[in-house]
Amino acid sequence: MTLTVTDLTITRGGVPVLEGLNFALETGRALILRGPNGIGKTTLLRTLAGLQPPLVGTIKGAEDQIAYASHSDGLKPTLTVTENLAFWASVFGTDSIQPALDAFALNELADRHAGNLSAGQKRRLGLARMLVTGRSIWMLDEPTVSLDKDAVQMFADAVRAHLAEGGSALIATHIDLGLDGDILDVGANKAKSGPLDDFDGGFL
Amino acid sequence: MIALLLRDLKLAFRAGGGFGLGLAFFLIVTVMVPFAVGPQSSLLATIAAGVLWLGALLACLLSLDRLLALDWEDGSLDLLATAPLPLEAVVTVKALAHWLTTGLPLVLVAPILGVLLNLPAPGFFWLVISLLVGTPALSVIGTFGAALTVGLKRGGLLLSLLVLPLYVPTLIFGAEVARRGALGMETQTPLLMLAGITAATIALLPFASAAVLRINLR
Repeated sequence: MTLTVTDLTITRGGVPVLEGLNFALETGRALILRGPNGIGKTTLLRTLAGLQPPLVGTIKGAEDQIAYASHSDGLKPTLTVTENLAFWASVFGTDSIQPALDAFALNELADRHAGNLSAGQKRRLGLARMLVTGRSIWMLDEPTVSLDKDAVQMFADAVRAHLAEGGSALIATHIDLGLDGDILDVGANKAKSGPLDDFDGGFL
Repeated sequence: MIALLLRDLKLAFRAGGGFGLGLAFFLIVTVMVPFAVGPQSSLLATIAAGVLWLGALLACLLSLDRLLALDWEDGSLDLLATAPLPLEAVVTVKALAHWLTTGLPLVLVAPILGVLLNLPAPGFFWLVISLLVGTPALSVIGTFGAALTVGLKRGGLLLSLLVLPLYVPTLIFGAEVARRGALGMETQTPLLMLAGITAATIALLPFASAAVLRINLR
């Protein structure tokens, strides 16, 4: 399913950060999100994932399609690798976690507690979660942080396999993953308007 | 939903999960009260029902700040919010898991601790009944408080202040059931009020909790 974004303005902490965003993410394609620190890449991903409403504009085709991976992996340190993955698999209603363990070389670590993993191993487990969601649009926020070269390759392969199956991915990253994706540089969309009234109408 | 419940129970029982914290606090309060008020058994019998209810309520309060904060800190709350589960279901399951790991054990040990406070014999039955009916409300109200303060650093203080007044009706009617039961009086009216409060909080508060959580996750 195509994700279409029209004339989108997003805010963070009551300050518009990006405005006039227009793009479409088609099936089988990857879109690499670029832009300087603080421009609003994370905010854009959170808005598309439905965690916050946009100020202006429409997002089409995102409903129940998005698997979102934030900076934190959402792992429970006292659960094992298998238990962590199996939990997310059953939340998303998929059954097999074996392909995800294979794709990120987690079989050897399957019975280790997530709290005992290294930062890179935790990240691999966090990314493996994307495979068990069964969702078609992946939204990844700096997925390669603390990954070594081999793990980055594993990740790129997983994304390629996902695209080949008709999925799509929006990835905020600064390294070259070797994916043949389009680049979306949001630097030009920096919002010009000032802060909004800081009253949060959400609590009304 | 069952997966989330099982995960929360598993986390609570594993190392550092905080299971037993409420129980230990409840034990400390009830053991210390006779030392503080003196050993007259008639006085203890009079205050036993109230002290046990207050102890259970404070023990419940103690574990509330971890209820959603842990999931928020490690990012799983964001991920749960983007999962197919509605947030209303998430907060309901969280409240249920909190009750199973905090409220239910308190209900089960309360009669044993009642002995320490010289609770009159007819009071044991009513103490257990009142706690069984009242503690689910404590967990559901507590989840609402936790949803309001999620994301705040050291939100526990604000959480306690927000939740305490909401706990007052449950405490009044719960302790009243136990007190009247201990004295062999009619308990129907306060018990119905208590059950009504619990039923209303379970029916309404998950929607409020989910709504504030949505705002707090922005």
